[in-house]
Amino acid sequence: MSEALVNFLQQLVNGLQLGSIYALIALGYTMVYGIIRLINFAHGDVYMVGAFIGFFVAGWLGEAAIIPALLLAMIGAALLGVTIERLAYRPLRSAPRLAALTTAIGISLLLENLVRLYVGPNFLAYPEMIKRVNHYFGGVLISNVYMIVFGTAIVLMAGLQYIVVKTKAGKAMRAVAFDKDAARLMGINVDGIISLTFALGSALAAAAGILVGITYGRIDPYMGIIPGLKAFVAAVIGGIGSIPGAMVGGLVMGIAEQMVVGYISSSLRDAVAFFLLIIILLIKPTGLFAEFTQEKV
Amino acid sequence: MTEKLDRKTIITKKMSRNLILIGLILGLYALLSFSFGGNAYYMRILTLASINVMLGTSLNLILGYTGQLNLGHAGFMAVGAYTAAILTTSYSTPFFVNLFLGALLAGFIGLLVGLPTLRLRGDYLAIATLGFAEIIRVTALNLNITGGALGIRGVPYLTNFTWAFFLAAITVWIIVNFINSSHGRACKAIREDEIAAEAMGVNTTYYKVLVFSMGAFFAGLAGGLFGHLLTIVHPSSFTFLKSIEYLVIAVVGGLGSITGSVMAAIFLTFLSEALRKFTELRMIIYAGALVLVMLLRPQGLMGGMELQLEHLDPRNWKGYLENFKNRQVSKLRSKRGDRNGNT
Repeated sequence: MSEALVNFLQQLVNGLQLGSIYALIALGYTMVYGIIRLINFAHGDVYMVGAFIGFFVAGWLGEAAIIPALLLAMIGAALLGVTIERLAYRPLRSAPRLAALTTAIGISLLLENLVRLYVGPNFLAYPEMIKRVNHYFGGVLISNVYMIVFGTAIVLMAGLQYIVVKTKAGKAMRAVAFDKDAARLMGINVDGIISLTFALGSALAAAAGILVGITYGRIDPYMGIIPGLKAFVAAVIGGIGSIPGAMVGGLVMGIAEQMVVGYISSSLRDAVAFFLLIIILLIKPTGLFAEFTQEKV
Repeated sequence: MTEKLDRKTIITKKMSRNLILIGLILGLYALLSFSFGGNAYYMRILTLASINVMLGTSLNLILGYTGQLNLGHAGFMAVGAYTAAILTTSYSTPFFVNLFLGALLAGFIGLLVGLPTLRLRGDYLAIATLGFAEIIRVTALNLNITGGALGIRGVPYLTNFTWAFFLAAITVWIIVNFINSSHGRACKAIREDEIAAEAMGVNTTYYKVLVFSMGAFFAGLAGGLFGHLLTIVHPSSFTFLKSIEYLVIAVVGGLGSITGSVMAAIFLTFLSEALRKFTELRMIIYAGALVLVMLLRPQGLMGGMELQLEHLDPRNWKGYLENFKNRQVSKLRSKRGDRNGNT
């Protein structure tokens, strides 16, 4: 293979791996937005907390404990997400939307600084949960870490898709997102379903946190801000409220970012997301996958 | 008021009201500079508070009066800060001209950003403004003229309390007059119901873009002052967190209350200075206070009400007390009604 092609494929592989992580975070944003129309700014910090839970579990059970670390972090983050919803968002459900948004920002700052108080402001080296083995496929480097990250992300997304499409709870979730009042009249426990949505989204974010820790080898209390914003943008690109949209949006975002870093300049890394956002908002503001909705007066 | 008001008495009333206001502002300035003039630290905090007043009120104009979610105020501030700093350091034009040109450019960028994005609604607009602010910051980080990651160092220390105080006073005065004009009523109509406003013949795009660039203009003005106060203009001064700081001022003070924003700006500036000694706890207390205020009083401290000149007149206080009592009683009654099952 020619060098240019190898280089391109390498960027594509890196982009897919990064994008699968964005997609995992974006799912939480899109589900929460779909169900209560709130940009959950604290979601990026739930992802950060998930990474830290994994960090401490690995410190407690040893480096090889990736499965327990993943499970405990997902459970912990799910509990955190449900608690945040119960204490901070539920009382404001009928308040002006800006109040809920501001509260979300407040919760985000609170989580960052509480974690910072506990672990300090510096980077922490993440335990090496997987021994890195490099494989080359026609010159393209695909390490086993990349495969595990991508595979885990795909399995989790498939699991979510199963829950949402095939189970009764998933059906209830879609009903609540479609029309909260009608769902309540049909006997659906709306508050319970909203809690479930937060739990699922937060668990996926925690998994993303651990995968990021494994790939990049370091975490810090502010690691959630930028990926959180980017994942939200990914959700908007895919069409907010749409679960397949978040997956595709995340992958598009990851690949676009990696291509810009590889071919133009790495200092533009953080601007890519927002350029993409502006373009998509100007061309198709509802995103790639959103259904057409008529505005009701 | 029962007496018949003719045109002349209205004008004299307005004039005397304006004179009292000007007197109060000058008096406040004199009081502050005489009591704290000797203390450079306090003067600095007061200057910062004045700058925050400008940013808080201009954001409230966009957010609280027109209902357009703007999460990128720091981006416009950055445009003003960079422009003014570059002009001062490289061209040595007068300070006021630099501030004005910075504000003008920020307003122009606000216009450019506003034209395409204001067609978006609510949350989409919020994310687009956030994105634009981030793009402005990354652009500053990558250009030569803005000093890249180093920023612009050695900006002369030109912002003193006098500049900041009077520019803040002028900003508030312009915004209040705008809000109380027919333009302001058009904006409030857009906030209440955009479709209804459009049906009543309000040119919604025009007003949204106008307000957006007005807010950007004042943010740019404040940014210029900010740069000449810190004597350094750096990309990390204009992050998302900075925009949030002003959002907090506008929301905590009460959306749709200029006096609320002014008070919140002053209070929060002093609070964050007072907590500076406890760096670790500072942000936790700040964030916790924000969440608590929102949970207990989601409409903000002032909740859309204004503190007016009449409120300062002790002769009126008895009446306010009566009103307050009546309102509490009726609130209690309506609560009791709820419990009986009437919604």
